[in-house]
Formats: sequence, structure tokens, C-alpha cells
Amino acid sequence: MRDNKNKWVLLTSAAALALGTASLASANTLQNTIERGAVQCGVSDGLPGFSAPDDQGEWQGLDVDVCRAVAAAVFGDAEAVRYISLNAVERFTALQSGEVDLLSRNTTWTTTRDTTLGLNFAGVNFYDGIGFMINRDLGVSSAKELDGAAICVQSGTTTELNVADYFRANDMQFDPIVFDTSEQTVGGYEAGRCDVLTSDTSQLAALRIQLSDPDQSVILPEVISKEPLGPVVRQGDDQWFNIVKWSLFAMLNAEEMGVTSENVDEMRNSEDPDIARLLGQDGNYGEGMGLDANWAYNIISQVGNYGESYERNVGMGSPLQIERGINALWTEGGIQYAPPIR
Amino acid sequence: MSVRPKAHSLGPKPPFWRDRAKRALIFQALLIAAVVVFLLYIIGNTQDNLAARGITTGFGFLTNTAGFGIVQSLIDYSSQSTYGRTFVVGLLNTLLVSALGIIAATIIGFTVGIARLSPNWLIARLASGYIEIFRNIPLLLQIFFWYFAVLRAMPSARDSYSLGEVIFLNVRGLYVPEPLFESGFGLIPLAFGVAIVASIALTIWNKRRHEATGQRLPAGWISLGLIVGLPLLVLFVTGVPVTWDVPELRGFNFRGGITIIPEFLALWLALSIYTASFIAEIVRSGIQAIPHGQTEAAQALSLPQNLVLRLVVVPQALRVIIPPLTSQYLNLIKNSSLATAIGYPDLVSVFAGTTLNQTGQAIEVIAMTMAVYLTISLLVSMFMNWFNARVALVER
Repeated sequence: MRDNKNKWVLLTSAAALALGTASLASANTLQNTIERGAVQCGVSDGLPGFSAPDDQGEWQGLDVDVCRAVAAAVFGDAEAVRYISLNAVERFTALQSGEVDLLSRNTTWTTTRDTTLGLNFAGVNFYDGIGFMINRDLGVSSAKELDGAAICVQSGTTTELNVADYFRANDMQFDPIVFDTSEQTVGGYEAGRCDVLTSDTSQLAALRIQLSDPDQSVILPEVISKEPLGPVVRQGDDQWFNIVKWSLFAMLNAEEMGVTSENVDEMRNSEDPDIARLLGQDGNYGEGMGLDANWAYNIISQVGNYGESYERNVGMGSPLQIERGINALWTEGGIQYAPPIR
Repeated sequence: MSVRPKAHSLGPKPPFWRDRAKRALIFQALLIAAVVVFLLYIIGNTQDNLAARGITTGFGFLTNTAGFGIVQSLIDYSSQSTYGRTFVVGLLNTLLVSALGIIAATIIGFTVGIARLSPNWLIARLASGYIEIFRNIPLLLQIFFWYFAVLRAMPSARDSYSLGEVIFLNVRGLYVPEPLFESGFGLIPLAFGVAIVASIALTIWNKRRHEATGQRLPAGWISLGLIVGLPLLVLFVTGVPVTWDVPELRGFNFRGGITIIPEFLALWLALSIYTASFIAEIVRSGIQAIPHGQTEAAQALSLPQNLVLRLVVVPQALRVIIPPLTSQYLNLIKNSSLATAIGYPDLVSVFAGTTLNQTGQAIEVIAMTMAVYLTISLLVSMFMNWFNARVALVER
């Protein structure tokens, strides 16, 4: 009898689990997030400038700012975020299964990921491309000279595919040394297991400053691929998709209009109709997303506009010192362009 | 389990719900039905959820081009191969490190286990020191130790340690010459086969002679000599029809020859040494399980010590050793999946890691990977159970 009872307990709890999965498919992410009181945001496992805990243990970075912007839009509080660090292999499964509401983790927007994984890319917060970092002593000045090199790369990334394509297209050989996390990848590079470390150029800059002797490594000039990085949500919840998309657009539009975290309060009195719409003084553009009229004001006052976030985390005001380049606004010669709020 | 009350032979037959045996049957049938319904529900539910979220399902992805490189493969593989092939490459790499790990762990484990019982104080203490150290450190740390600590101590490719300019050791691995066989080489496997047949014949003849006359030849050594010597003799008689592809430094790395990557070496060492410490304890307990009287009886027959061990103690100890030894082999195979931590391209790293992530087919990929480990483990269990039955006590 006792045995049967145990089996029954097992069976019912397993059934409860399956039922739980079933109800998740029809879930309303905004509703769940509000009930939970925090946005669950999937970030990388420690990439300075994009998402990494600072010396106080607070998460900081360009990707983290997207999480904070969404929290500011939903709760009016940019701190209402629960960060879940994910490596490249874990990230999509974590999002698909509902472990995170949002993935903001330097993830490249590709066709396969957008169309077969049940995911939606909510925009681009950093335009990047793959580059190579190599020890200065090897005297290499171009990626074309890398024939026969051993290359350290992180598992499950588009880098792994694009590097293979590049070497094949240029009729060169290489040995891929594949690690799970960026930390292990850098460890392999520092131990001399590989000649070259490859990743998105922004990541290379971030990883380089973690090396014991950053000046010993150089980043080669070639950028061999397009890597548009941005936040990702699950398919099938358009309201949540819109919230994430427009949180990012609000930051871009704010920069374009010259609204910063410093001047946002005086800008509320601005006569400019664009600014009045952005800050909720004219009409309620949060309504359609289930947010209140202050959604963009909260983002800008607590997180800042895109330019501020960029400068603070990866730009000249940060240790990474990555120039704006194509990540400048379209009005400044770059390709960052957000649809208008109206 | 309980003893059934005897059915009454007199009186009317009781209704079926009062019959314990029938009731048990009905409940079991109901339970099985519930489990089947439940499984069907789970599968259907999962498919609905996947479809609702727009996640592609099915095994079609296996024929798509993989597009990524793998550093070690036992079969032809390039980035133009399919995902199905990455599965095979990963599987073979897992089998390679598991098989070599089992062989090394068995040899080290038996040696250390017997050494632990040595009357020599120093040898016994060294063996128990080995066991206590390697048994009590987590395997992952040992893998990291062998990989990072030892790897960092190695020189770069340009300052490799070399043995006679044909074997090189550096941070990228061990480079050894690769034999390229020419025509006429076919005689050597033939000689090998002849030597094996001759050895078997010799062993049988030796056994009969021993039973008939009491005299015995050291058949083991003679066989070993035959199996090694005969092919070598043929090799030299035919004028060594082998050329060697010697590795040489070109550009960044050594080219040519066979490369044994450091990820493999680290994983193999760690798995072998860790598992061997458990096997040693199993061997020790197996030997200690044999009553000392058996040894004394054998000694009373004035058998030399090595024969006492080989003919009396070990065959009996094996019966105690094999079941837990099987568990250790299974552990070793499953532990090989820790390879992913140091980038050895095993099944988990290549298939359940990279392939899963590039295709996003989590359910299919994980199911295939689990099925592989289950199959390998069941096959090993089956073999060891068969072996156990063979050495089991034969009652005469």
C-alpha cells in the first residue's frame, strides 16, 4: 500500500508540472511580471560594458540598461529587475521555457533564430561584427595571415559559424578550440592554447581589458561579419514584444531629441510636440501597451537616453572606449534609427 | 510479497473484488493505463506548446549543414558536414575517451588496489595516499588541474619539447609521427593473426600437458613474445613497408603526423586517475573478502606467491569485484561529459552544446543525447553481467 501511495504522489506532482507548462503557453508576460514585481532579465555571464556586476555587486552595462528600461516602463522603477546570467548555450532555452521574460544578452539577430526558435528580436541596441584578437609577438597584421591558426571561440555563438565560413571562403585552415563560457575562452587564450581569440569586436574590447597584460594583445582590423545585437522576447505575446521594442526606441528617440536624464524634468515643459508626446504631456502613448503615460519619462529619468547609456558603459567614458561608429544616430552619420512616437 | 490465503475450496466463489490476486491485477492494469495516458498527454502537450510558440520540431535538422568546425574527429568532418555527422563525431570522441579511460583506470586501479595490501610499508602507504587524495577531490577540479595547471607549464609551439625531432610536446598538444602504410604491409596483420592462433594452441597444449605430466611452460610469456615478435620479424624481413609522416612546424602550428590534443589528455588523465582510486578500493575489498585460509591453504601446497594470487585469490575476488566495478565503468562514461568544461569535443559539447544552440532543437537533441548515454550504459552493464555470470561460483 505504501509503495502505491508514493507512486500516486509522484504521479500527481508530475501531472501538476505538465499542467503548469500548459498554462504557460497562453501566459501574459506583462501580467506575470506585474504579479511577480520584477522583470526577469536574462543577461550574459559577465561581459564588462554589456552586462557584468560592478564592485558593489550591481549589474551594469548596455544590455543591463535595456532590462532597466523595461522595468522603468512597467513599474516606474528601474531597479525592479531580477538578473539571470546565462551562457550562450543556455540563453534560448531559458527564454523559450519562460525562465526569463526577456533576453538582453548581446545576441545576434539571425533568420534561424528569428523564425525557428519561437523568438522575436525587439530591435538592435548594438551593431557589431566579428573580429580577431592576437598576441602582438606573433607579428600578424591581417586576418588573411591566420592560415593554420588555433582559434579560441565560445560555443553556440554565430561567431563559431561565421569564422568557419570566413576561413573556408579564404581557403585557409584553422583549429577551433571551443569553450562554454567567455571566461574559459579567455583562459584558453591566455594559456596559449590558441593563437587567436575571436568574438564580436565589442566583446573583444571588453575581454581584452580583463587580460593580465592588455597591451600584449592587438585586435586585427578586419571585421568579418554583421552582428546586430539586441533584446529578444518569446513569440506569441505581442503586447510584451511592443513594450520591449518601444522601451529601446524611447531611449533612441530621447537622444535624438536631446532629452537626457539630467534635463528630462525641464523638458516636460517643452513646446516641442515630439518631446511632449515622448514624455506623456500630449496624449498617452503608453496606453496601447498597458503602461501609463509616464513610461518613457521613467525610462529616461532613471536609465538615461541611448547616448548616455552608450557613453557610460562602452563609450569613451568607460574603460572599453568603443567609438560610436555605426552605432551613432542616423542624424550623426550612424545607423541607429528609431520609429517616431506618435 | 504477502502470503496469499488459500482460496476456499468449498462454498460459492467470492466476488472478484474480494479476491486479492485479482484486485492487485486490476490496480496494476489501471496504473499502467494511467501512466500511458499521462505520457501521451505530456507528449501532446509538449507538441502543442512548441507549435503555439512557433518552435520548429522534428529531426529534419540532422541533414542540414552544420557550418562549424570541430578540432578532433575520428571520421572525416568539415564545416560543410551535416548536423547528423556532428552527432557521430561527438559520439566517437566520447567512446574514445571512455574506452581508453576504462582501460587505464582498470590497470591503475588493480595495481594500486593490490599495492595497498602489500606487506611493504612504503608501497602500502603510497597506495593509500593515492586513493585518499584522488578519491576526495571533485572530478571537475581534477580536470581543470590537468588542463590548466599542466597546460600552462608547457612551452609554446615554437619552443616545443622534442624527442629526436619526431615527437613534439607543447601547449597545443602532443605531436607524433603518423605511419603511412605501403603495399606489402598486409603481411604484418597476417603475421599477427598467425601469432594469436599459435598462442591459443600453445595455451591449450600447455594446459593438457600440465594436467598430464604436472609440468608447465611459461605460456603467457611465450605468447606475448610470439604476438609482438612475429609481426616485428615480418616487418623487418619485408624491409619495413612503412613511411612516417613526421610533424613539422609550419606557420602557427605543427602540421602532419597525429595530434593528440591537450583537452583529450587532460580529460583522459583525470577520468582514469579519479576512477582508478575507486577501483583500487573495490579491488582491495574484493581481495580482503577472501578468507585468509584460502591463501594459507595455497601456500601449504607450496605454490609461489604470484600463483597464489593468480590462481586462488584473484579468481574468487573477481566475484566480489565485478558488480561494483561495473558501476565505476558507468560512472566514468557518464563523467566524460564533463569534457564540455575544457572544450574536448565530446557528444555533450559538440551535439548537446553547439548543435543544440545553432539549431534550437532542444528536445530532439537532448533526447538523442540521453538515449546515447542510456544505450552505452546498458550495453556495458549487459557485458559486465555476462562476465560476472562467467566468473560466478561454479558449484561442482
